[in-house]
Amino acid sequence: MSAAALPFRRQLLWQKLTGAGFALPAFLLLLALHVVPLLVLAGLSFTDYELGVVTFEWVGLDNYAQAFSDEVFRRSLVNTLYYVAIVLPGSVILSLLVAVLVHQRKRTRSFYEIIYFLPVTSTLIAMATVWQFLLHPSLGVINAALRKLGFGEVPFLSDPDLALPTLAMIGIWQLVGFNMILFLAGLSSIPRDLYEASAIDGVGNGVDRFLTITWPLLGPTTLFVIVTTSITAFKVFDTVAVMTKGGPQGATEVILYAIYLEGFYYFRTAYASVLTLVFLTFVVIFSVIQTFVLDRRTHY
Amino acid sequence: MAQLDLRGISKSFGDTAVLRDIDLSIADGEFLTLVGPSGCGKSTLIRIIAGLEPQTAGSIAVDGAPIDHLRPHERRVAMVFQSYALYPHMTVFQNLALPLTMARLTMAERLPLLRLLSPRRRRIMAGIGQEVGAVAEQLQIDRLLDRRPAQLSGGQRQRVALGRAMVRHPAVFLMDEPLSNLDAKLRVHMRSELADLHARLRATFVYVTHDQVEAMTMSDRVAMMHGGRIIQLGTPAQLYDRPANLTVAQFIGSPTINLIKGRIGRDDAIEIPGGRIGLATGLPPGAEVTVGLRPEAVVPAPLVPAFQDPVRLPARLHRRENLGPEQILHFDLMGTEKAGLTCRVMGSETVVADEPVDLLFEASACHVFDSAGERVDLPAPVTSSPPPVRPVAPLAGGPGA
Amino acid sequence: MQATLSTRTAPAGEVSPAAVMIRRMSGLFFVHAFLLAGAVFILLPFVWMLVTSIKPPEEVFSAELSFWPDRFYGLENYSFALTAAPVLRFALNGVIVCTGILVVQLLIAIPCAYALAKLQFPGRHLLFVLVLLALCIPIQVPALPIYMALAWLGLLNTYFSMMVPFFLSVFGIFLFRQFFRSFPDDIIHAARLDGMSEFEIVWRIVTPSAWPAIAAFSVFSIVAHWNDLYWPLIVISDINLAPPPLGMMYFADAETGSNYGALTAAATVLTAPLVVTFLFARRRFIEGITMTGVK
Repeated sequence: MSAAALPFRRQLLWQKLTGAGFALPAFLLLLALHVVPLLVLAGLSFTDYELGVVTFEWVGLDNYAQAFSDEVFRRSLVNTLYYVAIVLPGSVILSLLVAVLVHQRKRTRSFYEIIYFLPVTSTLIAMATVWQFLLHPSLGVINAALRKLGFGEVPFLSDPDLALPTLAMIGIWQLVGFNMILFLAGLSSIPRDLYEASAIDGVGNGVDRFLTITWPLLGPTTLFVIVTTSITAFKVFDTVAVMTKGGPQGATEVILYAIYLEGFYYFRTAYASVLTLVFLTFVVIFSVIQTFVLDRRTHY
Repeated sequence: MAQLDLRGISKSFGDTAVLRDIDLSIADGEFLTLVGPSGCGKSTLIRIIAGLEPQTAGSIAVDGAPIDHLRPHERRVAMVFQSYALYPHMTVFQNLALPLTMARLTMAERLPLLRLLSPRRRRIMAGIGQEVGAVAEQLQIDRLLDRRPAQLSGGQRQRVALGRAMVRHPAVFLMDEPLSNLDAKLRVHMRSELADLHARLRATFVYVTHDQVEAMTMSDRVAMMHGGRIIQLGTPAQLYDRPANLTVAQFIGSPTINLIKGRIGRDDAIEIPGGRIGLATGLPPGAEVTVGLRPEAVVPAPLVPAFQDPVRLPARLHRRENLGPEQILHFDLMGTEKAGLTCRVMGSETVVADEPVDLLFEASACHVFDSAGERVDLPAPVTSSPPPVRPVAPLAGGPGA
Repeated sequence: MQATLSTRTAPAGEVSPAAVMIRRMSGLFFVHAFLLAGAVFILLPFVWMLVTSIKPPEEVFSAELSFWPDRFYGLENYSFALTAAPVLRFALNGVIVCTGILVVQLLIAIPCAYALAKLQFPGRHLLFVLVLLALCIPIQVPALPIYMALAWLGLLNTYFSMMVPFFLSVFGIFLFRQFFRSFPDDIIHAARLDGMSEFEIVWRIVTPSAWPAIAAFSVFSIVAHWNDLYWPLIVISDINLAPPPLGMMYFADAETGSNYGALTAAATVLTAPLVVTFLFARRRFIEGITMTGVK
């Protein structure tokens, strides 16, 4: 080794040390907050541990078997997917429509942008309380309006058939603005001269313009919005906790609420671990789809 | 096929006037080029003709019928964009077919799924396929029909964009700097192809460019724009030989025209640094003028031109650019600070450097512009309408005083 | 000219200027009608919240549908909300928690992101892969073990317990790494030649240039944690430590539950800070929150 290489090697070593030093706090926290908890969670799922109890035993796959035969858990899973099935098309279609219409506005664009984005910034718990009041059978303005129109009262939150769709409606209310902003970003990345060329080529009305230019070119954005919306909807918790607490008759039991109850209310820690792992599996599936979708984004 | 008439077209964005009162008639089958520096309003004008932007005032007519209220596709125009604006998600075939499907299929026949129900659609699509094939063959892109724009070279995209304009057989072709994204060699080639295409189609072409070479080589007539106005309209030869003002003179021609500041002497001749030009301008003595000289009109003395009574200016060679068949010589005029002259001579003979030579030119080759930059017509023997005389501040003393 | 005009027949399918005008106006009408209907749906709870918060109980409880209160009762409602429950305390808790989380997140994520983007060190790839994997793990997954650890350490019911799971933002690391990667190497080399330490380079050269990313990330972080219910609900039982969502839930559950005037007043107070900031810094907000969408 030549003498001139020595200071260079020393500098490289120093750089490695600084790099490691800079990354160390983050690395330790990553271990403490993600890696270790995940391992603990996996371990717990094979025990009968309950918080506060000193001893535990290995029970193998018992918890898993219990979870998959548990009527309550299965219902919460079905309810969650039902919720996603309403919120997903509702918020995606609505926000796409709003985005396309808002995008063409010039003077009123920021006016609509502000209004539709408002729910995203507001505290959902507080707004859920307000919604609860709005939907109140006798005091709520919505039922008052329905009465006036001659429809009679609708027990939005106390009818088991209506409770979950009502929560989903609030979910849509919260997500439309967020998705709209994502779609607007996608729309502004479509070159304007494509619209101009199509106008000259005879693409005259809005429906044609949407079908020939907007929709195909917005495809990647749409897939992406679908995935993020699915994940967000799958994590529904706040409205359930405030407005229905899983009721009426378990109609709004959702997966996160079930995990919360098992883990932090009944303190059946081991069982809650299993539910958490099931929850994680779903989220990872969505995320894998998301990565796949992101790869496809560069496709044109 | 179509005559295009623009009457009093104005356009302003807020307080900024982009086009001011444009009047222009484009004859059927003419190749007219709008040329000018960026920001002169040429692109805005072509977009107004296409119907992509509304004019603030004025009217456009095709064959005498106003089209101002019509949407772009109802105007019988086709446009080639600078960026080509090909639909990235469609194949070349679909790109070319789009204008025809839009025109010939009903709304229901264009909707996804629903369109499968229509037997008429299949018949029409077969016809469209033949037409697209014919156009693609003309442009030699028939082998690319299954590709997407991203898989094409710049030149191929350019042809697809042209083809998409051609399939509709429009009355007017609008082209917005269509060659500016091509490399230099391809641009030269496409110039001649476009000229051929125009000759073959006999359609009206309105062509926008900032490149004076494109304007000069392809057009029947050129409209030079500046500051939202057409400052000269004429054949390429007219613009080159009789530029209406300094802006046109400087924009057209490469190398750029030589400009020499001068003023009218007491004996009507133009006095310039190092010499005088015997020309009757009709301007009052003392008036400041600018003399324009094309580089090929100036000849260094050793080349012995066949000039009668040329103007002589002593100069010294400053720099020489040898282009092979011709050379561009940059001279410093003797006895002046910065004034120089560029001349273009054929061949590659050397004019000895560092030795003063005389530069010769004929007075009749001079373009004279008044202090406002407008052309002064020379000579003016018949004074049916005397040239406008602008008030000029009287000078304190004669030249050389 | 006039003669040519009148003798010429318009090509087929052509439209008169008046029809064009009608087409344009009716299109505009439907667009705005749709957008405004949506806007009403979005605004309904906000407007009703504000209106109810200044209504006296008898008007709230009357079955009659009336928009504007006959009797202004705002002072009573707001003062009740502020005294019956520590609503301002909730807001203060929110500020403390959000600030604490954000500061630690930045202090840890920025150097790590710089190291990932610009420095060579052993384990760099492993760390980055871990960061990418952690990106898709929501807080609800490690919640259980972290809760157990905090309980074991006797740290439940503290500000620290509310903040600690969020001290590491893998999203922040990822975002800043992307941003730092585009920072010119030449400037860093020049700074090294000028004798700056890597520590100074991070905080005095690179960080100031990442200001837009930091601002957007801050908005994202603050909005997320101001509005988070799940984690505080688990670790906090002392109402004096509750952040806004938990406080709001407590307030709604308590006997004040049916006093909708006071309830909406409290909701207004707790929603206002973010909404008002949003109205003033709209661009940053939209950027920050949608960043999760473009990661």
